[in-house]
Amino acid sequence: MLREIEGSKAVAATVAACRPDVICAYPISPQTHIVEELSRLVKAGQLRSEYVNVESEFAAQSVAIGASAAGARAYTATASQGLLFMVEAVYNASGLGLPIVMTVANRAIGAPINIWNDQSDTMSQRDCGWLQLFAADNQEAADLHVQAFRIAEELSLPVMVCMDGFVLTHAVERVDVPEQEQVDAFLPPFQPVQTLDPEDPVTIGAMVGPEAFTEVRHLAHRKQQAAVAVVERVGRDFAEAFGRDSGGLLHTYRTQDAETVVVALGSVTGTLKDVIDVLRDDGVAVGLVSLTSFRPFPDAAMARALAGAKRVVSLERAFSLGRGGIVEEDLRRVLWGRGSELVLTTVAAGLGGRDITADSLAEVLRRAHRGELAPLEFLDLDENAIAAHLAALGPRTEGAAS
Amino acid sequence: MTKTSSTSTTTPPPVANGRVRFYQVGSFAVGNRLLPEVHSIQSSRERHNALTSGHRACQGCGEALGARYVLDAAQSAAEDAGERVVTVNATGCLEVFSSPYPESAWRLPWLHSLFGNAPAVATGVAAGLKAKGRDDIRVVAQGGDGGTVDIGFGCLSGMFERGDDVLYVCYDNEAYMNTGVQRSGATPPAARTATTQAVGDSPGNVFGQGKDVPRIAMAHEIPYVATATVADLHDLERKVTYAMSLHGPRYIHVFVPCPLGWGSQSSHTVRIARLAVESGLFPVFEAEYGEVTGASPIRRQVPVEDYLVLQRRYAHLFRPTRDEETIGRIQAIADRNIRRYGLVGRPDAPPVLNDAATGAASTLGARADLNNAPKED
Ligand SMILES: Cc1ncc(C[n+]2csc(CCOP(=O)(O)OP(=O)(O)O)c2C)c(N)n1
Ligand code: SF4
Repeated sequence: MLREIEGSKAVAATVAACRPDVICAYPISPQTHIVEELSRLVKAGQLRSEYVNVESEFAAQSVAIGASAAGARAYTATASQGLLFMVEAVYNASGLGLPIVMTVANRAIGAPINIWNDQSDTMSQRDCGWLQLFAADNQEAADLHVQAFRIAEELSLPVMVCMDGFVLTHAVERVDVPEQEQVDAFLPPFQPVQTLDPEDPVTIGAMVGPEAFTEVRHLAHRKQQAAVAVVERVGRDFAEAFGRDSGGLLHTYRTQDAETVVVALGSVTGTLKDVIDVLRDDGVAVGLVSLTSFRPFPDAAMARALAGAKRVVSLERAFSLGRGGIVEEDLRRVLWGRGSELVLTTVAAGLGGRDITADSLAEVLRRAHRGELAPLEFLDLDENAIAAHLAALGPRTEGAAS
Repeated sequence: MTKTSSTSTTTPPPVANGRVRFYQVGSFAVGNRLLPEVHSIQSSRERHNALTSGHRACQGCGEALGARYVLDAAQSAAEDAGERVVTVNATGCLEVFSSPYPESAWRLPWLHSLFGNAPAVATGVAAGLKAKGRDDIRVVAQGGDGGTVDIGFGCLSGMFERGDDVLYVCYDNEAYMNTGVQRSGATPPAARTATTQAVGDSPGNVFGQGKDVPRIAMAHEIPYVATATVADLHDLERKVTYAMSLHGPRYIHVFVPCPLGWGSQSSHTVRIARLAVESGLFPVFEAEYGEVTGASPIRRQVPVEDYLVLQRRYAHLFRPTRDEETIGRIQAIADRNIRRYGLVGRPDAPPVLNDAATGAASTLGARADLNNAPKED
């Protein structure tokens, strides 16, 4: 049903329609509204689910692990420091092959503490073995949850749905919230691959030594690779069933004849489309790849989308300190062998909630198109503030200026 | 014990219901089978054999012994009530020696996730089962003292506070054994571990009191808290059986000597556990909703020294010179326990001071405040 609704509530309503058996989360901005609404739905009897209030995110993920291993559909949500606090259990959930679904309301990680949006929290979990799907808007944020449960349970792997904190979670806009009957038709009841069943007592989480660990890891890797096709297929099925194309691996916008293509994840892709339209009107051939499935990374689809590009800009809301772009690394692999005339650059943007304005984006894309970008740039960086700081700190930061 | 049905049959097959792997033949007296009633769950042919032989625990491991009794008792109790058991296990010796892939020594559904999250994982299992309408499956979680009193303590307290329907069992061997015998929050004062070595002016662990998690558990006013040891396995079985008859969070803290970490003989595990009780160092009691409801009286009180001398982790208290002061302070801890739980001098258990085991001089001087203890045999 089309509703004027806050992103968090749209997600909560959609998660509820997915009929999770156990919901367990610990509050942290900007994720709170999602789990508050779910607890209300449970309390009001509108959702039949066990809602567990815990003492930490580490416990929240652990409860999800236990519930999932017991054969229940388990859901949790977090952000930023909360995600880092549960990391040990995050890796464990994927290692055990438990199809937990978790919303991450992307937020910067401290210090300095900052509650606003960037994507450094989930990016820090790049290799944790979870699938990571990024929502471009609140319609996708809602829809991706339905797909996430199905993908997770088909693969027996956990899935993160990443949505930009505040920008999406707290934005009120029109969302077609998936109806219960539609979701029921799309998402079959959870059939666990392995479960704690006294009739068939299995040992889950055994100690594995060097003689088998490599094989276990290899199989886990193969499963991730196989996940590409599953994410794509479930995205197609969703589009057919719900009549809208949200999810899948990636979306392209005006890439057909684009010489400069920007790759981005999350809500900034909306602004980018507007900017691209303006640049196109000025005759600048720019296009966009909006990446939904960061993990698994869709190598083939990305290679196709970037086939005609001469310049690729990776617009990232997180980066690897001392190195540069994170998504850029994946793009580099995809573009490997394309010849030295191809230019790949990274623009770090919107860190800690800094606004990403259309003007700034237009400017940086124009420069990119003219081949003027450095390998790593920070959008709207206040150079004066940096210079003043370095000067005040003196010799201790020697070298940082270069 | 309610499992009486099977005992009247004469010669059941060696493997009853696929459970018992070994039982002694040729003597009808084994395991009290001549008696009309089975006195212990382990002596019953119907025992579950939850932790089978073939695991890789050290010889004389108190934890392996404790875990086997706990889970067999829990399964028996559950089965009597028409229920089944699933287990959650923290990282630690018990997990490592019982689950080396591709083998498993567990004959019940068993889940290991991490070192610090067993109580929360158990909460999740209980919640998942409840959501699935499986009210016939009970959850037992277990971990070492490190996993319980240190790294998993936040999760444990949360589980208590929420009232989750989980029986949590801590096997207390008073250090992190799995990683090579380092100090834990439950390591007693003066004990030598790999991180509290027997060197320097005050060797061994700092002189505190160790974290008393049974009493912290009681402060949560949960339905049941008990302590037990592998020296009195009937008592352990009884407590597990009783705990299984209750719902909500229940906590059993089992004292399990570790020959490797304590530097004791494998054959001394049960003896050391008994001496811990008889000296007063490990009080055995039960509590419901925060109130102590019973304590095992000490019938033959021994000085703490009898307990200490059997373990190399305390060797520095006796060599090169006798450390009277530290031994006295340890005795004071035992005395405090004896007073706190009224373990000596009760009409039902007249205390007898008996130093015969070592023949060593009594350390009564250090126990001047022990008002109930008689001064002579
Ligand atoms: C987060 C984390 N820190 C440390 C470890 C290493 N570690 C594994 S088991 C263990 C000690 C276990 O001690 P305890 O809980 O007392 O059980 P025991 O081995 O003595 O039975 C430690 C420190 C770990 N697995 N995870
Ligand atoms: S080190 Fe101690 S607790 Fe661990 S298996 Fe050996 S005896 Fe048991």
